[in-house]
Amino acid sequence: MINKNKNKQDFIWYSLVLVLILLPLIPQVAANSFTQHVLILILLYASMSQSWNIIGGYCGQVSFGHSVFFGIGAYGAGMAVVKFGLPPWPGIIIGALSAMVVAVLISYPCFRLKGHYFAIATFAIVEIFNRLFMVWYWVNGAIGLDYPLVEVGWKNFMWYRTKIPYYYGALLLFVIIFSTVRFIEKSYFGYYLKAVREDQETAEATGINSALVKLSAMALSAFLAAFCGAFFVQYNLRVDPPMVMSLQVSMIFVLVTILGGAGTLFGPLLGAMILIPLQEYTRVLWGGMGRGNDLMIFGLLIILIMIRQPKGIMGLVNEYINYKKSRKNVSTEANIKG
Amino acid sequence: MPILEVNEVSKKFGSLVANNKVSFNVEEGNIVGLIGPNGAGKTTLFNCVTGIYKPSSGQIIFDGTDITFLPAYKVARLGAVRTFQIVHSLKEMSVFDNVLIGAYLREKNTEKASEIAEKCIDLCYLNKLKNARAGDLAIGLKKRIEMARALATNPKLMMLDECMAGLTSTEVKESVSLIKDLKNKGITFLVVEHIMEAIMPIADKVVVLDGGIKIAEDSPEVVIQNERVIEAYLGKKFSKKFQTAAKTVREVEEND
Repeated sequence: MINKNKNKQDFIWYSLVLVLILLPLIPQVAANSFTQHVLILILLYASMSQSWNIIGGYCGQVSFGHSVFFGIGAYGAGMAVVKFGLPPWPGIIIGALSAMVVAVLISYPCFRLKGHYFAIATFAIVEIFNRLFMVWYWVNGAIGLDYPLVEVGWKNFMWYRTKIPYYYGALLLFVIIFSTVRFIEKSYFGYYLKAVREDQETAEATGINSALVKLSAMALSAFLAAFCGAFFVQYNLRVDPPMVMSLQVSMIFVLVTILGGAGTLFGPLLGAMILIPLQEYTRVLWGGMGRGNDLMIFGLLIILIMIRQPKGIMGLVNEYINYKKSRKNVSTEANIKG
Repeated sequence: MPILEVNEVSKKFGSLVANNKVSFNVEEGNIVGLIGPNGAGKTTLFNCVTGIYKPSSGQIIFDGTDITFLPAYKVARLGAVRTFQIVHSLKEMSVFDNVLIGAYLREKNTEKASEIAEKCIDLCYLNKLKNARAGDLAIGLKKRIEMARALATNPKLMMLDECMAGLTSTEVKESVSLIKDLKNKGITFLVVEHIMEAIMPIADKVVVLDGGIKIAEDSPEVVIQNERVIEAYLGKKFSKKFQTAAKTVREVEEND
């Protein structure tokens, strides 16, 4: 039975990737750069949320500090291009590694706190890093980094006239991060994460070093979030502290995952598929009403769904599948009796 | 050769002394009961042994290793696992996954670990509930999941903290026979228990605590005759009444 579910999930995943690869071949998508923009953002936000999902969803440590790692990744790529005139790649690697180091350094003391207190501590971390980057002269402080004009192509990961390569870049990011989580979910590490989430004391009594599990989950999560940050800056061609290191960005990581279903593989994707179109199309329709319409609707949606099912949309989907299954069982039983 | 040696272990919380120089040994392959009235310090002692608390003084040796100040997970890795008095099942996960987590301690490969988990589930009579959500089950079954999870870590010593409290008499009987089965497989047990009917017939030795002090250590038959034990359970006044009543009964029996 477990094998059957596994195969089913494999099938959904591979067909999803195939569809995403072929999507730009559809003429409507190929011609409309706004649709492409929406798709890119969906993939980016899904990847961001999935990286958060490792520590926040599977391991149950709600971190509001992920914009810090996102920002470090963004600045890594930005500094390489703007200050050193290099392609972004070395910056991306250095950024991701430093995000990992920073994650370990700040989580080590924060993990002494449990539950809500941990979340509050990570709030503070975001503010600290925001201020720090605002006044840090070497990274241009509050002015931020503006990308120069460089040669287009994969070497610089930069294009001006087309979004299709960006789409494939985002897809690559998406596949890497989702595959990582897929792998973790099936390995002992995934089970250890869940055990720590459910009950730390039991986990310890079963021989799990919960501090180490949480730290490694945080490090991996930060590492992947930094890649997302690097993609964001390459796509945006500009970065300043409020754009990447702010509570607003942190909230994206958290809310998208929670709406979609924390601790589930497809939850982050579902969440992003709702938030991004909402954000982008309300901006088009009601732009004149000021910012924040999308977040108001999104907030309302979260409230409505959480009342029904705390496990988000994936929870609703699973509920429906179980309901169908039980109906099927009842009808087969009835057939046997009849 | 004792598998667990507890040497003069004391635990103080501020000025409150929960355990005062408690010493006893657990021999390999035995079932040792740790009993005492409420507040006797049984669970505190348990927590000291399993590394959740650090003892204020004293020494604990498990299988030749000094585990006095080791953290809980290292104690578990050495082969001394525990269950909790208040069940901490991983409630969002299925019964199978709960047990699988125990199995991963010795076997990181998912397939092999699944086989181990499967076996332990069979042993603990949880076969039919494999895919149920652990949080949905009744307390007796949750306690059995705890045992299955502990068992899956392939332990040398299992420490059960009131694993039968709150169970129906049928469930108690099942648990008792389960413990006996496992003992025959070579696992040593240290059992904290309130239910005397459950622990007395299976224990090879009983250690009695009262007010943080060890007041008796002997085989069950001897311990239940011990005056101080009766006093600890019934209080001085009732203990005297009990003694006189016992005496009269004996005299009547002798006269007959």
